[in-house]
Amino acid sequence: MEYGLKPLGRERFWLWALLTPTFIGLIFGALGSVIATVVLSFAKWDLLTPPSWAGVSNYVELFKDEKILLSLTNTIKFTAMYVPGVVIISLFVAVLMNRRIRGVGLFRTAYFLPAVTSAVATALVWNMIYGRDTGILNFILERLGLQPVCWLCTENAMYAVVIVNIWGAIGEGMIIFLAGLTAIPREYYEAAEMDGASGFHQFFRITVPLVTPSIFFQTLISTINAFQAYDYIYMLTRRGQGDSSVPVVVFSIYRNAWNFFNYGGASAQAIELTVLVALLMAFYFWLERRYVVYE
Amino acid sequence: MTHQNQKSILDLVSYALLLLGAVLMVGPFLWMLSTSFKLPSDQFSKTLIPPTFTLDNFRELFSVNINFLLLFWNSAYISILITVGQLLTCAMAAFCFAVVKFKGRDTLFTALLLTLLIPPQVTLIPDFIIFKYLRLIGTSVPLWLPAFWGGAFGTFLLRQYFLTIPRDLVDAARVDGASLVQIFWKIYMPLGKPALAALAIFTFQGAWNDLLHPLVYMPSVPNTTLTVGLAFFQQQMTHGGKFTVLMAGALISILPLLIVFFFAQKQFIEGIALSGVKR
Repeated sequence: MEYGLKPLGRERFWLWALLTPTFIGLIFGALGSVIATVVLSFAKWDLLTPPSWAGVSNYVELFKDEKILLSLTNTIKFTAMYVPGVVIISLFVAVLMNRRIRGVGLFRTAYFLPAVTSAVATALVWNMIYGRDTGILNFILERLGLQPVCWLCTENAMYAVVIVNIWGAIGEGMIIFLAGLTAIPREYYEAAEMDGASGFHQFFRITVPLVTPSIFFQTLISTINAFQAYDYIYMLTRRGQGDSSVPVVVFSIYRNAWNFFNYGGASAQAIELTVLVALLMAFYFWLERRYVVYE
Repeated sequence: MTHQNQKSILDLVSYALLLLGAVLMVGPFLWMLSTSFKLPSDQFSKTLIPPTFTLDNFRELFSVNINFLLLFWNSAYISILITVGQLLTCAMAAFCFAVVKFKGRDTLFTALLLTLLIPPQVTLIPDFIIFKYLRLIGTSVPLWLPAFWGGAFGTFLLRQYFLTIPRDLVDAARVDGASLVQIFWKIYMPLGKPALAALAIFTFQGAWNDLLHPLVYMPSVPNTTLTVGLAFFQQQMTHGGKFTVLMAGALISILPLLIVFFFAQKQFIEGIALSGVKR
């Protein structure tokens, strides 16, 4: 990008004026926050009494405290189910919609609805759907002659919450994949047809390789979202004393800081989360170099 | 089996699958709609059409003891302030990055993009401490103020779009003696409307639906947002309460976004594609 408008004279001032909010955000919002959180993670502070140094004890807790370890396993389990779920289902839906059948616009609206509305509002309905005695799902199961299930009990809550999170994310994934699919030239399929390639072959030999950029992008976004997943978990699995039946890391951070006033410990967990996401991203970009096909 | 036959069977299967999926996607919304018009005594009835149709749930929602209107108003003005702040400050920066040539531009832009990797929890704890010392917890300031210092996502989205606006326009304006700020305000802001609209929708949606930040900054009912309010009412349900009223509240809370979505579906969908494809 060699070309660019050159600011003249006093315009130099205006250039920096336009950039000032972004500078403030970068210095205070981003850099300052990261440094502050790192510093806090080595401290003990409840915001009521003066802070004291804690050395690495907050980090030792990350590997010793059973609750914190559980939250980490929960986040990993959640991500391992959520990411493939979102990517596969939304790719599948997008492929179906890309078949140029009538009424696609209506379907698109329907599938996108959960992505527009707040998780808090829809979680209230899901709570009614999952209800043990009065829920719709168990009502259907009983009608089919099956045993009712306690969907939001500890043993099932993880699956119940993953399902709702996937339900809420399909709309966006579908749009990403539709954009990727429509970019594939029709001629490729016509040529494959002439050579007698089956639909199955066309899908795995043409569609999948050519949507790898979208698959990559969607996997990346879904992973970030999985690590951030909070709203449905808060709304569906909350229990007494701010506890949850599926305490993921994000939930645990909130609880540590705002229920237990352990801001140092929560900061260490936030750093843990950041490092984990950064490592995963590095791994993804390594995969991208090997497997993603860019035309 | 002829080729044509095979295609129509595939079409039929696609229809059936899409229809089944659509029922699963829309079903919960229909249930919300239906329950909000049911009598509290029918709250667990398993029929989609309310046995007896009533508007009482909405009346109760707006009665004094729930103060739903205050929640709604809080969500509305906070979301609007956040949207205005983001549009303005992101557009300002995006214009500089896309159009102006200055020293350190690319380094600065890369630094900005790197902030996308910082999880919100990392900024939340120090921000909370600062706002606590400023005695602003319980007010809406911590929610909307940070929207006025730009953001990586919005700046990136707008910059991508600004890059597609023809340079000749800038050159012509320069010949006519237009200043930097005039070029920004008179050319890029009007021509950038599609991307600005997409960003406005995303930002408003994110702000309206946000739970975590209002939970931290405005944690007590009634002076809070719709999301925190609804979560609080849900918690009260364990002591007995009306699911019908709760559903009416949920319905009202998603209404503004549904309306925006039905009128601006194109911007919604193109915005996602814009942020996803042109990396």
